[in-house]
Formats: sequence, structure tokens, C-alpha cells
Amino acid sequence: MTEFAGWCMPLRYGSEIAEHRAVRTDAGLFDLSHMGQIAVTGPGAGAALDYAVCGWPSALAAGRARYTMICAPDGGILDDLVIYRQAEDRFLVVANAANAAMVLAELKRRAEPTRWPAGAAVVTDESPATGLISIQGPNAARILSAHADLPLGEMRYYAGAYGTVAGCPVWVARTGYTGEDGFEISCAAADCERIWTAVSTGGPGTPGVVPVGLAARDTLRLEAGMPLYGNELGPDVTPYEAGLGRIVRLDKPADFVGREALAARAAQGPRQTLIGLLAGSRRVPRHGYPVLAETARVGVVTSGAPSPTLGVPIAMAYVTAGTSGPFGIDIRGRTEPAELTELPFYDRRKGR
Amino acid sequence: MSVPAELRYTQEHEWVAIDGEVASIGITDYAAQALGDVVYVSLPEVGAMVTAGEPCGEVESTKSVSELYSPVDGEVVEVNEELDDDPGLINAEPYGLGWMFRVRVTVGGSEPTGLLSPAEYEELTQSAG
Repeated sequence: MTEFAGWCMPLRYGSEIAEHRAVRTDAGLFDLSHMGQIAVTGPGAGAALDYAVCGWPSALAAGRARYTMICAPDGGILDDLVIYRQAEDRFLVVANAANAAMVLAELKRRAEPTRWPAGAAVVTDESPATGLISIQGPNAARILSAHADLPLGEMRYYAGAYGTVAGCPVWVARTGYTGEDGFEISCAAADCERIWTAVSTGGPGTPGVVPVGLAARDTLRLEAGMPLYGNELGPDVTPYEAGLGRIVRLDKPADFVGREALAARAAQGPRQTLIGLLAGSRRVPRHGYPVLAETARVGVVTSGAPSPTLGVPIAMAYVTAGTSGPFGIDIRGRTEPAELTELPFYDRRKGR
Repeated sequence: MSVPAELRYTQEHEWVAIDGEVASIGITDYAAQALGDVVYVSLPEVGAMVTAGEPCGEVESTKSVSELYSPVDGEVVEVNEELDDDPGLINAEPYGLGWMFRVRVTVGGSEPTGLLSPAEYEELTQSAG
């Protein structure tokens, strides 16, 4: 168990490598109830969110979801979010646990009635009363379908719907953070145990699903090239450095917090680039280790881990834009070679 | 968590089995569980001289890296080469197939000091939480 953003969470239930492989080859179950779940409701909810985040939530159809970010006025990333439009006048914002209180405060401030008519957009913290359970893996749709009353196999990626799982009312969406197919289930906190037990145990003709801890969650998202707040993302980074400029909707007609700074950054081009590195030795590059080109320091590792799928250590790193390598990584005083590779490290559609 | 009665232990969560002048060394069950899956272990070379309390290798797991210390003074006479292909042996059998290296303890050198009895080691792990 480990302390994580004020929560006591399992790093692993058994072997984190076995948990990782289960998600890549079968399915795994995650308890994500630590994450912030914030509802923005009312006739002005879309407009308020358009102002609050760099994406374009009001353009989402009901039943669709989008990955986006909330930025500071200087363009720095305050958090990365998934926003679900659950109904015409209801959005669910899922924030990182460590940032949930700040995101809630910012959303409340940015949706305040001085900007919009009173009651047009109401921001509510639903985290304490709401759990989040995720099933991820190539068999996730088949397994979860046995517990749900929804045609999950037909659900599009980044779509969601209300229904039931294990008889409990839930919101289910085809989203995740592993690079696999999968679903996230938002439910009443009181129903978490029932849903967890049903899916992890299985039933007649339905296999159970192994629980997966934070250690495997991190190696799964790293292989999938997905950024983690606090590693690749932070207040000193804009979405452009993170290679995610496409999520900044400068084509959105509405003003939004950070627009001016982000437009300027888009015109300049990024100062640093997020790259993928394959380690040339078995020593593992880790967060904070210097990246070298020849002997000059050109960047820093943001995330690194032994990759269960590739069988070698992998890392994401920020390097000065335009640096081409060959790269090395200073691993506790000894430089190890590292090979530049395209992100993601693992793409289920390419099967690597 | 197992703490075999026939072994001696260190503050760094290693075990030592002394047989005549040769000491066999590995990490404890407690350490293996705390590290999680070990993915790589860097061991000293056969023939290297090691000093008690000094780092002589590294243990890498998914989430962390730890130094490996020699609990005794002496010359490395054997290392567990199986660990190169299968570092998971350390998690599976920390006191058996997961052993790491053997040292011929320096003749006339000081007796290994500061080693803990099983009871003392168990106390250490309990106070560590």
C-alpha cells in the first residue's frame, strides 16, 4: 500500500508484471475512486466549460467524451481532464486526485455568476459520493457485457451511456488510461463494493478479472505514451511542449483562460519536445535523470520504467527542441545509451 | 513474511548464510515484497573484493532501484547467473533460488559484526511498519 494524493492505495495486489500482462492480454480491474469527479450542470454549463478549459466541451454531443486540459492564464497546465457530456445540460469532469480540490475551485471561479447568469452553470463536487471503477483489456467488453444492461460492444471509443452494472445504476464510458480497449464506470460510492465484487469474481460462463494496482497502471500508461500529471505535465509546461497542441481549440469562438498565451506559444513552436527512449541497457531510466546528447545535457527523463511488453526499460523525456541525439541517459553517474523511438511504445492496433 | 531461523540479517534487508569461510547473500522476503517484481540485478564480478557496508550492486524493480551492500569483507567467489535471465526468482524464492552472491570472508579479517539475529530482524521489519 502507498500514500497517493491523500489516499491509501495498493501499488500492487500481487505481481505488478502479472497485473500489467493481464491488461494487455485479457482484462484488469482498477479502483479509481480517488479521482476527482465534478459535475457542471445547467443551461450554461457548456459555455462555462468552454471558458474554463482549452478544449471545446460545448461542441460535444451528449454521450461523448473528450480528453482536455485546464490551463493557467500563462498557458501552463493545471490538470489534464476527461470531460463527459452525460446529457445536454450535464457534464462530468474527471480530474487527477492530487489536483481535484484545485480543479473544483478553478471551475467554480471560472463559472461564477458574474460572467454568466446566476444558476446557468452549477459546479458540484461529486467525488465524495461517487466511485470510479475501470475494466481495461482486450476482453473488457465481453466480460463487462455479462454484468451490464448496455450494448457495450457497440459503444464507440470515447462515448458513454447510463445503464446498470451488477444491478447498480452507473455511467459507463469507453475510456481508459492503459492503451487497451476498456470502460470506466462511475457509480454511487455505496455501490462500489458490489460492482467490484461482481466483476472481479465473475460468474457462470464469465471469467473473473484480476485487480490492478498503481504500479501496473503507471507502466501501462507509459507504454501507451500517455502523459502523467506531475511527470510530463505541470504548470511550467503548455500542451504544446507535451505534444498535445491538438487539444488546444484556438478555433473555438469563445474566449478561454490561457487563450492569449497559448496562441502565442502555438505561433512560436515549442521550446522542448517530449520524446520516447528505449534503454540500451537493463538499468532503468527514472524520473529526473538527465538526458545527454554526446556529453551535453539536453533534457530530463519525465517517466521511466521497465516495460513488461517490450522487455526493455523505456522512458519519456523532455529535450530541447531540435535535438536529434544520439542520446544517453545519466543513470546515477554512469551514462547508458538510449535509442530514440516513436511514441507510443505500445500500440494495440499495431500489436507492439 | 518469512524470516528463516538459520540465517543472519542486516539493516539493509539482506540475509547471510555463513558456511565455513563462505557467506551466501541475498535479500529478504520482506525486501522482495517491498520492492515488488525485481526486473534486473547488477551483481559484483567474481574475483572482486567487497567491503562490509559498501555498495556492490543494484536491485531494480518496476518502481524503484536499491543498492546492494556486502554484509562482509572478502572476495566474491560466485554469483547467481540464473538471476540474469530470471530475476523473478528473487521474488519467488528470496532465500533459495533467488540467492545473489557468495563471498569468501577474508581470513584474519574482522568477524562480521552488526549482523542481526532472526528475532532482531523481525523486530526491525515490524518497527519499519
